[in-house]
Amino acid sequence: MDAALFIMQVLNGLQLGLLLFLVASGLTLVFGIMDFVNLAHASLYMVGAMICASVTFVVDSFLWAIVIALPLTALVGWAVERFVARKLYARDHLDQVLATFGLILVLGTSAHLIWGPQGIAVPLPEWLRGQVTLSETLILPRYRLLIIGAGLSAAGGLFWLVNYTRLGMLIRAGASNRRMASALGVNIEFLFSVVFALGAALAGLAGMLITPITEASLGMGNSIIITAFVVIIVGGIGSMKGAFIAAMLIGMIDTLGRAFLDGFFALFMSLEAAENSAPAVSAMLIYIIMAVVLAFKPAGLFPPKVR
Amino acid sequence: MGQNSYPKLTFVVLLLLAVVPPLLYVSGNPFYLDLATRLTILATAAVALNLVLGYGGLVSFGHAAYVGIGAYAVGIPGYHALYGGLESLGLATHSGFVHLALAMGISAVFAFLTGLVCLRTKGVYFIMITMAFAQMIYYAIVSIKTYGGDDGLTIDVRSEFPGISLDNPLQLFAVSYGVLLFAIVVVRTLVNSRFGMVLQGAKGNNERVIMLGYNTYAYRLTAYVISGALAGLAGALLGNFTTFISPEMMDWTRSGDLMFMVILGGVATTIGPVLGSVVFIVIEEILSSFTVYWQLPFGLLLMAVVLYGRGGLVGFFKSRSAPTKSESKP
Repeated sequence: MDAALFIMQVLNGLQLGLLLFLVASGLTLVFGIMDFVNLAHASLYMVGAMICASVTFVVDSFLWAIVIALPLTALVGWAVERFVARKLYARDHLDQVLATFGLILVLGTSAHLIWGPQGIAVPLPEWLRGQVTLSETLILPRYRLLIIGAGLSAAGGLFWLVNYTRLGMLIRAGASNRRMASALGVNIEFLFSVVFALGAALAGLAGMLITPITEASLGMGNSIIITAFVVIIVGGIGSMKGAFIAAMLIGMIDTLGRAFLDGFFALFMSLEAAENSAPAVSAMLIYIIMAVVLAFKPAGLFPPKVR
Repeated sequence: MGQNSYPKLTFVVLLLLAVVPPLLYVSGNPFYLDLATRLTILATAAVALNLVLGYGGLVSFGHAAYVGIGAYAVGIPGYHALYGGLESLGLATHSGFVHLALAMGISAVFAFLTGLVCLRTKGVYFIMITMAFAQMIYYAIVSIKTYGGDDGLTIDVRSEFPGISLDNPLQLFAVSYGVLLFAIVVVRTLVNSRFGMVLQGAKGNNERVIMLGYNTYAYRLTAYVISGALAGLAGALLGNFTTFISPEMMDWTRSGDLMFMVILGGVATTIGPVLGSVVFIVIEEILSSFTVYWQLPFGLLLMAVVLYGRGGLVGFFKSRSAPTKSESKP
């Protein structure tokens, strides 16, 4: 294994980890504060990508499309909170899971009605298309670096928001004791709406960032939601720090596993056996990690202290 | 609620299900028998899920995995019987008994291994981790190219049983119906036994049952394994019914469908899962015949049922035939 390939894969892992964090942070925020399981969270990821893709064709600029699509996705999130989620806070998790499962069908089919069944490819602006040559063997696509940069700044911004602003203080208060925060005069309903919209925007941002690489498609949310669940389970549901660390861990393990597991297996079995078994094992790797973590810590790595 | 709360309703639903589809078939509507076969098989899986979800209060969001395992337990030996390989293990066969043993055995083992971890967690963790483990099997099958991966696997020869031909739609329906009855009897017998009392007690108040000296973890694990094996049995039938299997049938949305069937019909009731499956499949069939966007009204219906229809369809009959039961949360 050569160093350049390894660095490249580490960066890919970092990229996946950051995207996962953007999706998982909204899930974990909403769960931590409202005690609400939102299966439809990944639909917001898809909706964000779709809105961004169509806006790109109108304004002819990917970056401006993101700027316009972010508040629109937040608006969709706000509507979901206002008309569906709010009715479910008092219900048990089973009801929430089922109702948001229905919501997935509704949002997915609505997107199908609006955008049609085909995926939408998003063209990158010229200045993002090239590659950065760091050394003779280490050549990185410029856009992937942008994703990593954007992901890191979003994560940093979220960290700052939650820890150093008044809104963040209210969010933390709501997370540790909803009723007490409400009794102290915090408008808890408004706070819920804001948090939900924020989570939607973060998931939407992840969807928007990935579209130039994959393309915006109706099914894009279905695969990432489970991985995002794995992330928040491993991290401890409701913990922001846990979500970040677990997202990085899962992103790295998944990427590196897919890239290097066959080489690793070939060290102690025949090349053919390694090539046959590695894809299956690397596909299952993150779930095995999850099982191991839960076997020792049933509430995840960083279970929230107060609930 | 351990007893059959709705004996008349149970009898009527099962009788109609046994009589109507074959009658429609012989009167020249083979389509309805197909529909009824699919429905009966999914009802079996829903009955299996109800054992843990309804009576055990364990919200498994991964039961489609067992259905998938059951289906592949028919497809993979059949594949090897046609194209070679695995003869030494005796697994290259069309024998239905081997298929069923594999379907239930592997499902049980998978349920046991994942149950060991899943049952250490509770609440929303349990929901998500069962879902994640099901998705693990999904991705594992996708990555095995020998068995078609994403594209799925065609079952060229159905499971062979002495004296029964599953190629005959009527016989396939009869077998599916028999298996459904079997699953109902198994679940009812378990639920009404001492085992079932502990299981339901743990659903109501786990700590208290533990204080009474029961190892509820072991009881739950046993229920989980039985439920998985029954769902695997349903999967083996589904493979024989569709004759085409793909990882898609164990997608997490399929698990959601199964859960919805149970909830729609009424959790922790004998006939609820069956009634729920009937209504689910029929509505799906009607809506999808009208529009390709049928999932939109379907999703709205699902949300409406959760938001406004507590107690499921069986609940409609409750007010008249049975006293109200106390609300229990899973």
